[in-house]
Amino acid sequence: MLKIDALNKTRSRLLTMHYASGVGHIGGNLSVLDSMMLVFHEYLKTNDRFILSKGHSAGALYATLWSLGRLTDEDLKTFHKDNTLLAGHPPSEGIKDIAFATGSLGHGLSLAAGTALAWRIQNRAGHVFCITSDGEWQEGSTWEALIFAQHHRLNNLTVLVDHNRLQGFGSTEDVASMAPLWEKLSGFDVTVDVVDGHDLPALRAALNKTSSKARVLVMQTVKGHGVVFMENKMQWHYLPMSSDEYHLALSCTDGASKVASP
Amino acid sequence: MRKQLCDALVERSAYPSMVFLTGDLGFMALEPLQKAMGSRFINAGVSEQNMVSVAAAMAREGLEPWVYSIAPFCYARPFEQIRNDVAFHGLPVRLIGNGGGYGYGVMGPTHHAIEDYGVLLTLPNMQVFVPVFDEDVPAIIARAGESKGACYLRLGRGEPPKGFSVPRYAPWRQLTDGAGPVVIAVGPLAGTYIEALLLTPEEVRPCLWSVAELPLSMHPMPEALVRQIAQVQSLCIAEEHVARGGFGSELALHFALTGTMPRRIVHLHALAHRYARYGSQHYLRKQSRLDPQSLMSAIQDSGSTL
Repeated sequence: MLKIDALNKTRSRLLTMHYASGVGHIGGNLSVLDSMMLVFHEYLKTNDRFILSKGHSAGALYATLWSLGRLTDEDLKTFHKDNTLLAGHPPSEGIKDIAFATGSLGHGLSLAAGTALAWRIQNRAGHVFCITSDGEWQEGSTWEALIFAQHHRLNNLTVLVDHNRLQGFGSTEDVASMAPLWEKLSGFDVTVDVVDGHDLPALRAALNKTSSKARVLVMQTVKGHGVVFMENKMQWHYLPMSSDEYHLALSCTDGASKVASP
Repeated sequence: MRKQLCDALVERSAYPSMVFLTGDLGFMALEPLQKAMGSRFINAGVSEQNMVSVAAAMAREGLEPWVYSIAPFCYARPFEQIRNDVAFHGLPVRLIGNGGGYGYGVMGPTHHAIEDYGVLLTLPNMQVFVPVFDEDVPAIIARAGESKGACYLRLGRGEPPKGFSVPRYAPWRQLTDGAGPVVIAVGPLAGTYIEALLLTPEEVRPCLWSVAELPLSMHPMPEALVRQIAQVQSLCIAEEHVARGGFGSELALHFALTGTMPRRIVHLHALAHRYARYGSQHYLRKQSRLDPQSLMSAIQDSGSTL
């Protein structure tokens, strides 16, 4: 079971990695870290597959792999630097746990659906987990993939939507509102749950449900979650941290997620 | 070529790993394949972007995906999916674009594919097949099926003259023989020139070569062709594709880099995406001066004797 200490340590490591490399995009990494850590530590088995459709949260993915010992501290120190494996978005080769280079939004769900259908054709067991952003649902190809997943009743596929409500240049409601997003998704023949994306017991309860259809978890999350001064602030979609901000951030990450016993 | 395509794919479907995805096309053509493949025949609907990414994922899992649509919908709409999900990962997805070049003629410019292989060949390890004759299709399906990387089949319509004996498939084939200039034509266009060239006296008749696999760097010219070009120093290249990014430009660069540029070189190519008036493939070829008569005039205008 994912321990809160491990989660907090990984959050700190993520902040350190971004700070050391002078990289922004931290807000959307912090919003998705809790659910990503939970999926990797408790759900993702050898035969399963994880696809990060919101490739701009590569930092959270690298930190999560670090928490499992699949990337080293030395690897993380190279993040965003010359001759690194750890590009700003997940790379196409070199890291065993990363199946696809992502970063252009609207690809991951199709890749996940293709994997799920391939496994059905091959009679292979295994479950595919895919995390999308919320702004990504403005991409038509994401809806193409949802239609495909529902039509083929891909019950070996779980989609987690990081619904932090802030996108590149405004809030999702201001830019191209689909609010409430889960109502739109519920119009398709998939199982939709709305859950607090930082409430681990609630996430577990949703992930533990079985369904004969593809599942979509709309995770209500907070951009910059766990670092109070970053929460729900547009600028943390992009900006790197100053030294003061970094140290302040580290001091306020403990106990951010809700960890009531399941 | 669709009948030959369907037959060849039915044969190929004996491989249990083969999957076929269509963007809702194939009515009155691919039903036998659908019947033969059962659940491995997937009508992905009108959603080419998703279809290509799904195929990429399937290839990664060890399946052998083939993707089918009208040519421009097969490569232009989902170009980013081909680039990011297929090519960047070196995955063997086979794209089949029906009606390459001006194949959809009077259906209008949205259905034409005259920049397809130029665009696709900018991607790493992409291979392109342009069958010249209907009879080429089974061999090409077999070659594409064995391909370790991504490939694109530009499907057209073979047009050899009546009674012409189609030579066994090869990426490069000599179709007419003579002492005149060399003509290289990409794909089915080559077949449309045979009759006119055979009518010319042998001492001035052009040597017509067809090329069916691109890029040139993967399929170099055969020695006989290189010798002929060196000897006559006069070459005409014809392709139903825009000049920029076309086969002619790749060949010209090859000549330039190897110091083998022939003295006379003529390039016939698709001239326009938009026309004031539309018509059949033959009509549009004529507008682009790709028809046999235009070829003969272009050779004469270049100073070669006919």
